[in-house]
Amino acid sequence: MEYLAIIFTAILADNVVFARFLGICPFIGVSKNIDSAVGMGLAVCFVMAVATAATWLLQTYILAPLGLQYIQTIAFILVIAILVQMVEIMLRKISPGLYAALGVYLPLITTNCAVLGVAILACQNNMEFIPSIVYAIATALGFTLAIAIFAGIRMRLDLAEVPAPMRGVPIALITAGILAMAFMGFGGIKIG
Amino acid sequence: MKAAEIIADGLIRRNPTFVLILGMCPTLGTTSSAITGLGMGVATLFVLVLSNAAISAIRNLVPDKVRIPAFIVVIASFVTVLQMLMQAFLPGLYGALGIFIPLIVVNCILLGRAEAFASRNNVLLSLADGLGVGLGFTAALTLLGCVREIAGTGAVFGYQLYSPDYGALVFVLAPGAFIALGLLIALYNRMFKK
Repeated sequence: MEYLAIIFTAILADNVVFARFLGICPFIGVSKNIDSAVGMGLAVCFVMAVATAATWLLQTYILAPLGLQYIQTIAFILVIAILVQMVEIMLRKISPGLYAALGVYLPLITTNCAVLGVAILACQNNMEFIPSIVYAIATALGFTLAIAIFAGIRMRLDLAEVPAPMRGVPIALITAGILAMAFMGFGGIKIG
Repeated sequence: MKAAEIIADGLIRRNPTFVLILGMCPTLGTTSSAITGLGMGVATLFVLVLSNAAISAIRNLVPDKVRIPAFIVVIASFVTVLQMLMQAFLPGLYGALGIFIPLIVVNCILLGRAEAFASRNNVLLSLADGLGVGLGFTAALTLLGCVREIAGTGAVFGYQLYSPDYGALVFVLAPGAFIALGLLIALYNRMFKK
């Protein structure tokens, strides 16, 4: 039940893009078609789960006992940058197929603020190890859902006649605003 | 003279928010009121100016292969300094901006300016570039914050313009952030792009 509440909240009610405003750059940038949107989403899911696990261990067993919480920001971003590089190298060796599908998105993920954001939020909320990882995966699934829906809408939007100054990013943002309204509807549902 | 041009360039012609569409997360996440938008802008300006200057100063010492990680460490160090200063002197604002302060590290504007400008120019010009782009970002965030606060609550910087009963609350909430920014970028396009 506890996990169900975490998953529901992270995917729908507190969606990372529409409610927390994290990961907006890839959300706007890589949402031109559904295939690349889903690819990006899965890559983020993978990295976010690994990164949250690594930063949780770092925080609990190294930073907190030594009283070094103030270097959290530097330590976390370095760990995430190294992890992304390692994931890239390992994927290339172990699973060339998966690498071909996700490879182009991996370098972009280091600067995806959702990864660092979730790692910091999990620590701030004093989550246990397993709930942190469930939270990370659910957040990434919420990101995938948001970016895939948005990509579907944008493919249609390309065919629409939009006033010149609104073309491109402005109309995309306004569409995202209307989508965010729809997601706000989930906020009223309580679980657990 | 050249420095003044660079500052003006960052402020209007290559405004990070309205033209380059960078740093969207803090732009949307911290502008529910004018004061938090301004606070976030100044915080980013602080880190951007210092990191630009520091990166420009060490640009010839850092090997090309490790320059991106090196830049990230420099930026993260200044963000940590900022976190400590804000916790000490502005705890209220630090609480309101929350997670977006540590997330300045992954703001693409900072790494973008480090890579595109500070790693190729001298310290003085890099300072000017940081100042210009930072001011452009601050201006955009403050403007968006004002628009959302006025439309949502009828107040600006806490000063009541009309009754909050007539405010459209949606502008203070998440959807209003997207819609207000979309409209502002459209307005900018209408005014500054032929």
